[in-house]
Amino acid sequence: MAQVSLSNIRKVYPNGFEAVQPSDIQINDGEFVVLVGPSGCGKSTLLRMIAGLEDISDGELRIGDRVVNDVDPADRDIAMVFQNYALYPHMTVEKNMGYGIKNRGASKEEIARKVAEAAGMLNLTEYLTRRPSQLSGGQRQRVAMGRAIVRDPALFLFDEPLSNLDAKLRNQMRIEIKALQRRLGTTAVYVTHDQVEAMTMADRIIVLNGGRIEQIGTPSQIYHNPASTFVASFMGAPPMNLLEGRFDNGTVMINGGTALMPSPLQRSGPITVGIRPEDVLLEPTGPLPFQVDIVEELGAHRLLHGRLEDQNFTVHVDKETHVSPGALRIALKQDALRLFDVKTGQSL
Amino acid sequence: MAELSTTSDTLTTAKAQPVRRKRIKISNIVDHAVLIAGAVLMLLPVVMVFLTTGFEDTDILRNGLRIDVGPHMGENFSNAMFERSGFTEAITGMRMLTNSLILGVGFALGKIAISLLAAYAIVYFRLRFATLAFWIIFTTLLLPLEVRILPSYEAIQRLGMTNTYGGLIIPLIASATATFFFRQFLMSVPEELAEAARIDGAGPVKFFIDILVPLSRTMIAAIFIIMFVFGWNQYLWPTMITTEESMFTLVRGIKQIVAVLEGGTIPEYGKSLALAIIAMIPPVLIVVFFQNWFVKGLTESDK
Ligand SMILES: Nc1ncnc2c1ncn2[C@@H]1O[C@H](COP(=O)(O)OP(=O)(O)OP(=O)(O)O)[C@@H](O)[C@H]1O
Ligand SMILES: [Mg+2]
Repeated sequence: MAQVSLSNIRKVYPNGFEAVQPSDIQINDGEFVVLVGPSGCGKSTLLRMIAGLEDISDGELRIGDRVVNDVDPADRDIAMVFQNYALYPHMTVEKNMGYGIKNRGASKEEIARKVAEAAGMLNLTEYLTRRPSQLSGGQRQRVAMGRAIVRDPALFLFDEPLSNLDAKLRNQMRIEIKALQRRLGTTAVYVTHDQVEAMTMADRIIVLNGGRIEQIGTPSQIYHNPASTFVASFMGAPPMNLLEGRFDNGTVMINGGTALMPSPLQRSGPITVGIRPEDVLLEPTGPLPFQVDIVEELGAHRLLHGRLEDQNFTVHVDKETHVSPGALRIALKQDALRLFDVKTGQSL
Repeated sequence: MAELSTTSDTLTTAKAQPVRRKRIKISNIVDHAVLIAGAVLMLLPVVMVFLTTGFEDTDILRNGLRIDVGPHMGENFSNAMFERSGFTEAITGMRMLTNSLILGVGFALGKIAISLLAAYAIVYFRLRFATLAFWIIFTTLLLPLEVRILPSYEAIQRLGMTNTYGGLIIPLIASATATFFFRQFLMSVPEELAEAARIDGAGPVKFFIDILVPLSRTMIAAIFIIMFVFGWNQYLWPTMITTEESMFTLVRGIKQIVAVLEGGTIPEYGKSLALAIIAMIPPVLIVVFFQNWFVKGLTESDK
């Protein structure tokens, strides 16, 4: 168990591409941190630098209280779970799980005991003599987890471990991994591009975009107070509504001319206004006109997609509310409105 | 319209079915006839050689190859295997068989070891000019042994390695073909496997022995078969490098038996034909027993 600290970590690939801009991250002991962001934003690069599989171009990486920039992956006291599991195809489940500690000189009895223990935790006991090719995707995933657990490392690293599984299994494994991490109390860094995974598993989320950290925060902070329009539109399904607006005479208006709220800032000029779809109320006497184009039926709730004064807008309503396409009137929850700078996208 | 055409389609297929089945049968028969004719054509000389070993040398000299069973088969085979022959009376068929096996196995194992290591170096280590090195190795495919036989002979002779197994095998074991196959195979092994092994604390040697060699085993088996047969059939190089009869291989020795006694005496046809049959057996056995591995190694791999 250990805390991890990245100071000014930067990655420039040999071809000159800066995949990770100088970043500072502090990860506490026992914390489950999720790195999330769109494809190509540098999540894997960052994780692989922590693992030691990629050189760190600049900055300092500490695991525990050791600077490990130049330490071999084998000696960093980490275990990694890969997207394609990377199990050794010619070894049985048992051998796969024991290989790491065998290389560290563990005795036969110790290997057998630890493998049995991990297999018990993961319901793999009856598969110990099988080869990876004789297992289902979910079981292989568990073996990969087992291989990490047997090592009893200070830090777990996961690189999109669930993306090869079907939706149902993914939900189940998500909970299992989280529960297991809780139980073992091992610090974990988990990479995903799936924002649902990030929201449900993380103690803290790190949102990356184009090699830069957009925001670090708890799932609730990230969801309710996104630091930028990028985070607002990346996290949440459907994403936050973003409306073009402007400051005018002490009020915030959308471009159609309707006033939304009194301005909290002394400013003038254009502004981006954000609001989550579930923070919109359908009110017959509401101040805003909303034209519903499509009703998306999702069982537990419905999404109304349409236009608010010529801007795309989505409203979330519960399953009791029946709506058909056409004109409606809505109100916005005042304390749920978020303001962003138009140019930088940063929260104001 | 669409519906109409589909129904007529099903109609025609329904009608065509029995006709087509019959046609497949006819083509099957033709195929098999061609195959059987081909097999007979290929096997007949071998069968004739085998049956001819049943006769005495004088008989063979007079009547040529035979296709009936003769009385001297056992005698000819036992002479071929155990009778001492050659100028120095130093060589038996048994000895030649042993020499050939040593050459075949040494040749195949040597080639596998060298080329697997070469491929490992090229694929896994960030060598400068690794690709260039590979292509240089690859172009040696264009230079068979025959092209470099004089310099190779010179080198071996100066090293004093003529008439040794080392001299027989070592100059032949560099193999562009095997290096190429192993390189292609190793490149298809997922990179994460190497990374997982690195995190699991396996260094380069451990990774090679614990992971890559077992993963390559079907490939190794396939290349072993090809190279064993190739080594077994070597003629030119053993002819040059072995002057002592005790070092003769089968393929080389057969010719010697026929040539040695030509002056005045009748060549030992029966014996040399028997040796020819014996020389064919090990490669055939290897291919028959390992053909499953062979096909597996070249077509699939469990990664
Ligand atoms: N070896 C390399 N040389 C140069 N650029 C690279 C190299 N590896 C990755 N990159 C670039 O670095 C950026 C980040 O890559 P990375 O693999 O970290 O993305 P990611 O966030 O993990 O994406 P994904 O979700 O698709 O896995 C990408 O734009 C990629 O093109
Ligand atoms: Mg990635």
